[in-house]
Amino acid sequence: MSLLELDGVKVHFPIKKGILFDRTVGHVYAVDGVSLKVEAGETYGLVGESGCGKTTLGRSVLRLVDITEGSVVLDGTDLAKLPSEEMRRFRRRLQMVFQDPLGSLNPRQNIESILSEGMVAHGIGKDQEERREKIKSILDKVGLPSNALSRYPHEFSGGQRQRIGIARALVLEPDVIICDEPVSALDVSVQAQVINLLEELQEELGLTYVVIAHDLAVVRHISDTIGVMYLGSLVEEAPSDALYAEPKHPYTKALMSAVPVPDPEVEDKRERILLTGDLPSPANPPSGCRFHTRCPWAQAERCATERPELRDVGGGHRVACHFAEEIESGKLGLTRPTGIEAVTESEDVVVEQAEDEAEVPAALLPADSTTKPDAAAVKDKVPAAAETPGDRTADAVAKDRDAAAPDASGKEKEQDKTG
Amino acid sequence: MSLLTVDELTVTFGGRGRKESRAVDGVSFEVDQGQVVGLVGESGCGKSVTSLALMGLLPDKGVTVGGRAEFDGTDLFTMSRSARRDLRGSKMAMIFQDPLSSLNPVVPVGVQVTEILERHRGMKGEAARKEAAHLLDRVGIPDPTRRLKEYPHQLSGGMRQRALIAMAVACAPRMLIADEPTTALDVTIQAQILELLKELVDQEGTALLMITHDLGVVAGLCDQVNVLYAGRVVESAGRRELFAHPTHPYAHGLLGSIPRLDAPRGEPLSPIRGSINDRIAWADGCAFAPRCDRYEMGCLTGTPQLTEPRAAGHQVRCVNPVLDDAKAEEVTA
Amino acid sequence: MSVATKTDKIQRLAELTAVKETSTGASLWREALRRLRHSKMAIVGAVIIALFLVLAIVGPYVAPYSPTAQTWRNEVFPNRGEFVGARGENWFGLDHLGRDVFSRMLVGARQTLLVGVVATLIGLIIGFLIGGVSGAAATLGGDAGKRVDSVIMRFIDMMLALPSLLLAVSIAAVMGQSLTTVMIAVGVVQIPVFARLLRGAMLAQGGADYVLAARSLGVRKRRIVVSQIVPNSLSPVIVQATLSLATAIIEAAALSYLGLGNPDPAIPEWGVMLTQAQRFFDNAPMMAVYPAVGIIITALGFTLLGEAMREALDPKLKG
Repeated sequence: MSLLELDGVKVHFPIKKGILFDRTVGHVYAVDGVSLKVEAGETYGLVGESGCGKTTLGRSVLRLVDITEGSVVLDGTDLAKLPSEEMRRFRRRLQMVFQDPLGSLNPRQNIESILSEGMVAHGIGKDQEERREKIKSILDKVGLPSNALSRYPHEFSGGQRQRIGIARALVLEPDVIICDEPVSALDVSVQAQVINLLEELQEELGLTYVVIAHDLAVVRHISDTIGVMYLGSLVEEAPSDALYAEPKHPYTKALMSAVPVPDPEVEDKRERILLTGDLPSPANPPSGCRFHTRCPWAQAERCATERPELRDVGGGHRVACHFAEEIESGKLGLTRPTGIEAVTESEDVVVEQAEDEAEVPAALLPADSTTKPDAAAVKDKVPAAAETPGDRTADAVAKDRDAAAPDASGKEKEQDKTG
Repeated sequence: MSLLTVDELTVTFGGRGRKESRAVDGVSFEVDQGQVVGLVGESGCGKSVTSLALMGLLPDKGVTVGGRAEFDGTDLFTMSRSARRDLRGSKMAMIFQDPLSSLNPVVPVGVQVTEILERHRGMKGEAARKEAAHLLDRVGIPDPTRRLKEYPHQLSGGMRQRALIAMAVACAPRMLIADEPTTALDVTIQAQILELLKELVDQEGTALLMITHDLGVVAGLCDQVNVLYAGRVVESAGRRELFAHPTHPYAHGLLGSIPRLDAPRGEPLSPIRGSINDRIAWADGCAFAPRCDRYEMGCLTGTPQLTEPRAAGHQVRCVNPVLDDAKAEEVTA
Repeated sequence: MSVATKTDKIQRLAELTAVKETSTGASLWREALRRLRHSKMAIVGAVIIALFLVLAIVGPYVAPYSPTAQTWRNEVFPNRGEFVGARGENWFGLDHLGRDVFSRMLVGARQTLLVGVVATLIGLIIGFLIGGVSGAAATLGGDAGKRVDSVIMRFIDMMLALPSLLLAVSIAAVMGQSLTTVMIAVGVVQIPVFARLLRGAMLAQGGADYVLAARSLGVRKRRIVVSQIVPNSLSPVIVQATLSLATAIIEAAALSYLGLGNPDPAIPEWGVMLTQAQRFFDNAPMMAVYPAVGIIITALGFTLLGEAMREALDPKLKG
């Protein structure tokens, strides 16, 4: 039996409208039926683009968002059904590392206070002295000096902050750590430090990770098994190497081909599968296969009407595509261009997208808007936990704003230090 | 003669009582017609400030710009304010990293595009609208006539970035500066935008200055690459040369610390220790020394100069460069 | 490489990077205080407030005359429009009853300060409680909490909808004419301001990642509110309290001006003085100018300090 099992997990956020009494006018189908298993001691990588529901799925495992349907079983206990106080106590065994290392640390607590918060909540350690000893040993494990204890989050660099975030998860000695974009907010040279740290800790402490990231290269580097998500569901799942060697789902193929490789030799030879158009709104997912509106191999009838199940194609490789085998053998021709034409000449897509938009019920539209419920607009209406397209954008942009104004951040840092 | 020649550009913030901080500390590079030049580095390396200085978009107060930048034979820093404004948008255009905040949220996209056409190309009314629709079509925005009437928030992220590119290329500029144009976008959308930029450069012969932190993007797009660290170019070479033989320990370390999609699994990454905060002033030596495994006493006395220790045209600012190619050869083999 | 050069090397590097190793473990509050000390605006504001405080404390003792003594009655004839202006023995002249205005200003400072502080405290404490409950319910109370929150907020909206002066006047009308009335009336008007402010800040903080992190750690909700959300929501409330002191003094003056303040003429208060002076504005304008300027300068002091605190507490807002 696996350590962590998700079965048919659905998380639907109601879109509410109304002045005095909110009424539900639709749902954002953030996670729409995901089943997966995570074995003890392994790393499960969840990869997908913004709006695919990977963050929401990660949070639903800790019940930080309400699970609409399905079960999350950790070591024989179904978390989805636990009363809230029991769930609170259970959280010790499931911990999370967040994307934004600064935002996830309370700016007004010092490191000792941040790290003992969880221990106090779960009654670990007799007194502060005992807890401090434990914190010191953990700080040492994550490579931070013990004089960090009395300092505050803003006094550390991005990489160090993420180490604090990891230490905070570790003090509770959890079975599973969910890492939500653990390195995407960090500079490239620092990313590697954190990735290596995560790997070392796993080896030393036998941890189980669920790593959620948009960066396929990072996920492939640290994961044993990878699940690819698109619009709320898994489209493919395979051991890391198998997925890289033989991506079977058209979306995985496109995703893989889009990841830039820092090697001109490889880049020049690569053939990109460019996708047409953008991600549909999770509030109004396409019928049938969620990917059929952008799939280069989409077939007229079946893809638009029948939703493909995740099926085993051998070797622990699961794929949700009606035509995976046909595509692989080359029997199925392209129905959409995948080269530069996909980007610049897109007449057939025009028609298709226009149709999609026409189907949007008027009720879904934001009050003051006459457009499709573009994910960004919907975002205002759903709980903050809902990941929608734009999440990554916001974070990435925030990060880059720092980059754009090194003077400002630099000055702030200087101030911090002279303080 | 190059289209753009930047010579010892410095940008200093602060002064007048406040503590000075030098964001760009003597950056020199050239961009030729039809060439894609990359400025690569991590946050705080001065790449974005460089682009803003070239576009003349830095605030007047509290910023001192030094050095020279010559565009098409004229000095950018001595030309009049209005001449600069005319140049901007017509001959030189910029694409920003955050498409949403670079577009005016209360004005329809179409109006924003036609505005540029009216201002710089003297087009009017229907003609400008037609041209705007054509431009949106050119950058792959489906149903352009309808999109013209929409507001920025009604477009998706990828579409907004395309609209921005359309605005940037509206006047057939001779030079495009793209500051992290794909960082805010998803990978599949990033691929679309990069292909689009590549095509624009190929077809129109536009020069492109690409500013990014992503070495993968650089590898696929740039002809010439400048690696920046703490406000200075530490390595400059052709794309193939740089990736095959990264010679500055920083560039070498960067390449070693990126997980590659195509690398065999299980190979540990070799990160660079410390962070950008651990640095010394260039005046005292090499800013990278505190994070460098190869630093020597010589690295700590005076600014190291750009030399060509490996091949002509491959400039490296390092006293003790990485010349043994164990890793690089392993990759090519 | 020999050992000697290696240590040299390390030492040299340490020298060059030495400046960086000055992290002190300063909390955000302490950093804010440090920024405040370097702000000219804060210094000016603090000096004004300090002077005002000194005045309020020592005023009654240094006043040259009793504030109620009508020694020069036979020199002042309000009916004929004859007043005594500023002169050697009465710096600010005499009022319509022949009392020394300068002494009354000195003694009145204490009352004025008392009204401002007590009124603001009333608004702050009650507003804080209401806003805190509302914010906590909205951020962590689930659907039921959201309903509680919206009921409270509608009530607060109703309070806001009433014109503040009208509200104060009605309270004063119900409770009768006294200084306490003025304090309560001005304080009650401030309640919705503080409540909304705290709730808004809590709502913003409630969505922050560190709150999510605390929840994922299994920290109890009550503790998340008390130790995570509230401390991070305090800055705007502190700033508002300072700014409110200024408005409270002005509003109290306005109420006194309308004749709702302390009816006891024995206790001078700047607002009351202003009210009384208006009757004689044509003949003795300076009588109104002294208390008015006093109120304005004091309010300015609190406003300056408040603005400086806003900047110190949130340095990102600047520029």
